[in-house]
Amino acid sequence: MLEPAAAVGHIAAAGFTHVVWIPDSAVGPWEPALVSNPQLKLIRPCREGEAIGIAAGLMLGMARPLVVIQCTGLFEAGDSLRNVVHDLHLPLKLIVGVRSYAAHRAGKSVDSCPVYMEPVLTAWKVPYTLLADSNVAGFAAGVRELAGTAGARALLLGE
Amino acid sequence: MTHREALEVLAAHRGDRVVLTTMGSIELWPAISDTPLDFAYLPSSMGQGVSLGLGFALATGRGVVAVTGDGSLLMNLGCLVTVANHPAPLTVLLIDNGLYEVTGGQDVAGAGRTDFGSLARAAGIARVYEFDDAEAWRRGAVEVFNGAGPAFVWLKVLGEHGKKTPTAPRPMAEQIRRLQSALAG
Repeated sequence: MLEPAAAVGHIAAAGFTHVVWIPDSAVGPWEPALVSNPQLKLIRPCREGEAIGIAAGLMLGMARPLVVIQCTGLFEAGDSLRNVVHDLHLPLKLIVGVRSYAAHRAGKSVDSCPVYMEPVLTAWKVPYTLLADSNVAGFAAGVRELAGTAGARALLLGE
Repeated sequence: MTHREALEVLAAHRGDRVVLTTMGSIELWPAISDTPLDFAYLPSSMGQGVSLGLGFALATGRGVVAVTGDGSLLMNLGCLVTVANHPAPLTVLLIDNGLYEVTGGQDVAGAGRTDFGSLARAAGIARVYEFDDAEAWRRGAVEVFNGAGPAFVWLKVLGEHGKKTPTAPRPMAEQIRRLQSALAG
């Protein structure tokens, strides 16, 4: 089980300066920990493409933002992601919740989100790690991997 | 007021702010100003110019003017709410010509009818200005750029047909290097 304080602590410890997020039900409980963490500034955009645009501006200004969104929003944000990663060549870092992933693996979901998430990231040439279950050790390693990767990278959280 | 006149007033009053241009403004701006603090957002994701400007202003604390068009802003109207709720030294300069100019001059949705000033105020931006002639913009620019926090400036300009598709004055990687070097220096 990934406790909010632990999750946010690992994000801050990895050196991120800003979290640009639109929460889903899985990461929504992180909010108090994000607000109270002295190392992180929380930015609340209205749409996921906008979140990636703001992160690009933060990176141009030498900050180290992390975008935290759900896969539905990532699907919407395709053009923004394409531009930031492949035109501006900025090292965009994402944590993306994959809705219905556990049910999909169990053959109990008709949600198309988990079907298309990995192929979409592959098509956009964004390397990723998928955590099927959000255990603390896996999350901590995934966040360190995000921070330590020179280019763009995503950490997918199966939900 | 013409698009160029609108930008000339900006150039006279921008001080040491970063000016981020988008779409049709990219074609005009380098002839008016071409310093490391001038960032042509091209290639772009249409609608994301204001968001880039906000992120940059939040990261650096430096004044930024994000020059956007009405078609671009309509693609990302939520950014006005985000700007209002994340105070930063950002001026959103809306060039409203009612057209998708770079694609040949087709009308944008609601061309000539959308009240962008009211949209910005309703989003929560406290400093909202509207100008439809160059002289009024020239007089009002002093107050726009003397104020603190986010501002929204709605400039109604003449639509022009047959304009060239904009090209960036230099490759994106070089623009980023110039901008970041200027900040470091």
